[in-house]
Amino acid sequence: MATAEVEHTARTLADHLPVLQILVPFVAAPLIVLFGNRALAWPLAFIASAIAFVISCLLLAQVIDGGFISYAIGGWAPPLGIEYRVDATNALLLFLISGISTVALPYAFTSIRSEVPKRNHTLFYACYMLCFTGLLGVVITGDAFNVFVFLEISSLSTYVLVAQGAGRDKRALTAAYDYLIMGTIGATFFVIGLGMLYMSTGTLNMADLADRIADQGGNRTIRAAFAFIVVGMGLKVALMPLHLWLPNAYTFAPSAVTVFLAATSTKAAVYVLLRFMFSVYQPPFVFEVNTLYFIFIPFALLAMFVASFVAVFQSDFKRMLAYSSIAQIGYMLLGIAMLNTSGLTATVVHMFNHGITKGVLFMGVGALVLRAGSSFYDSIAGLGRRMPLTGAAIVVGGLSLIGVPGTAGFVSKWMLVQAAFENGFWWIAILVVLSSLLAVAYVWRVFEVIYLKEPAADAPRGDPPLPMLIPMLILAGACLWFGIDTQLTIGAAHTAAESLLEGSFGMAPSAAAVTETLGH
Amino acid sequence: MQHHLILRVITKLLVSTIILFSLYVQFHGDFSPGGGFQAGVIMAAAFIFYGLVFGLENVQRVFPPWIVHRMMALGVMIYAGTGFFSMFLGYDYLDYNAFAPHHPSHGQHYGILAVELGVLVTVTGVMVAIYYAFAGRPPQVSDEDW
Repeated sequence: MATAEVEHTARTLADHLPVLQILVPFVAAPLIVLFGNRALAWPLAFIASAIAFVISCLLLAQVIDGGFISYAIGGWAPPLGIEYRVDATNALLLFLISGISTVALPYAFTSIRSEVPKRNHTLFYACYMLCFTGLLGVVITGDAFNVFVFLEISSLSTYVLVAQGAGRDKRALTAAYDYLIMGTIGATFFVIGLGMLYMSTGTLNMADLADRIADQGGNRTIRAAFAFIVVGMGLKVALMPLHLWLPNAYTFAPSAVTVFLAATSTKAAVYVLLRFMFSVYQPPFVFEVNTLYFIFIPFALLAMFVASFVAVFQSDFKRMLAYSSIAQIGYMLLGIAMLNTSGLTATVVHMFNHGITKGVLFMGVGALVLRAGSSFYDSIAGLGRRMPLTGAAIVVGGLSLIGVPGTAGFVSKWMLVQAAFENGFWWIAILVVLSSLLAVAYVWRVFEVIYLKEPAADAPRGDPPLPMLIPMLILAGACLWFGIDTQLTIGAAHTAAESLLEGSFGMAPSAAAVTETLGH
Repeated sequence: MQHHLILRVITKLLVSTIILFSLYVQFHGDFSPGGGFQAGVIMAAAFIFYGLVFGLENVQRVFPPWIVHRMMALGVMIYAGTGFFSMFLGYDYLDYNAFAPHHPSHGQHYGILAVELGVLVTVTGVMVAIYYAFAGRPPQVSDEDW
């Protein structure tokens, strides 16, 4: 039986960029295992990550002014096949994730050698690449179930990566186990939600889902699905009452892993939340029918204050930063709840700015741990004087965390305050500023410890080796750069916010034909 | 194990049959239930069965841990490689039409077979690796191998 020859125009490399973004880091993982050579593992991981970074730059350049790129895996047009869809929102996140990974890997080279047993190194980098792939995949895919698959890829490898801290502190094992339980509950809730959506709409493509949900209005299954998805992703995001896994996981993971996770993984989860709230479900459904105002704003405010307050009283630098991360997630959710362009711009920009800020701070912690052996305030006393460049990077990161003008953190908090005023929520603007004062308190404690205290007589001397120092200074520079030149970040975030508020883009043009033939 | 004559003879007979059956499930997968995953589990069952009767040392002489570990990665590479192949021919990633542009339904066939082979290799590797991990407590791969 001969079938008719199908017309085909050859695709070029540029057409394949969305899928190469995932494939390059993904293939690196099995290659590392296949070669099974410790000397090859790091170079392979680094090259793959660098290529992914270049691809993300190319993608961002294509969509920063609006529009989207759709890629059909296997040539099966959506909604039947899996679709990768890149628009300004996820292109910025792809840029952040692959950028952080590319600077975190050189850092990991030295840091991991001192913190993780030698026999685990090869598999460590394989897991790292899988985690990296998973996060990129969560962000790039336009298929709701595919989000779950990538989420599991990244989560499962994250648990392994966190557990690698056991060489330094055995509590990493319980931290990883707690994270596993909580993360699995989150993923289960998420997939239950997807199951309900699939049951009531019969599709898994996000754009298609959006159309069908709009047609059906809010029936009870769809509402329950929404609740499951928000709670499931809330666990992954570490939304305030669901944050319990985060402090231990960040504290006990190896420094390089914490740098990567803190800067990317919760951001990817916030992205999924954004995608479901604005592209799959439309804002009127989310905010008018389900009155998410009254859920997100209180919890976001709670996170901003309670977590910051807890952070003030920590005696471990790394743990303090972990609590501060929970507080910062509060700002991102607050931006979402503002439901205007400035608010969403603030959320998207803050994902990026907080990513680089936490990146540099956790790198600073890793450098202190390398020299002092632990990150307790007692053992790092006065080290800012002994390690001048590390100290300087921590100061820049700390200022950005507070939101001092001229740093990246200021830009996003300014947008948030602006969004609150646009809505007439002046009291929220005041609360944002007040919670920043708490940030001043916990950041000042660190400055005091590393600069004003006398270093012990036998305190270590000198900055960490260059592979750790250079990434740290690059990120510190980025904190300053993106605090002054906001064209890239605000530009992309603004496009993202506008397109999110418009709701779904609808199906890709090529998909319309398929939908027609299927007779929907 | 010397005195379990019946057990030994039957095992030797069955192992090859199980492997053959696994290959049947693999290659008949496009017409009947089955495919790479099921075939991989059946294939692994043959090795696990051999291990249960003749002991871990013997099965690891047949199927050394370092091969098992690499098989897990190799299968993924076969799957991804299929996609790269179609990509280099100018089609979308994993578009099996690339395998026989003049006869797309044949192309789909070849593509599925290649991909399922990857699944078979990985699943066999993973199942056997899990068995090895549970059966042998000390790590099988020494520090120097990595």
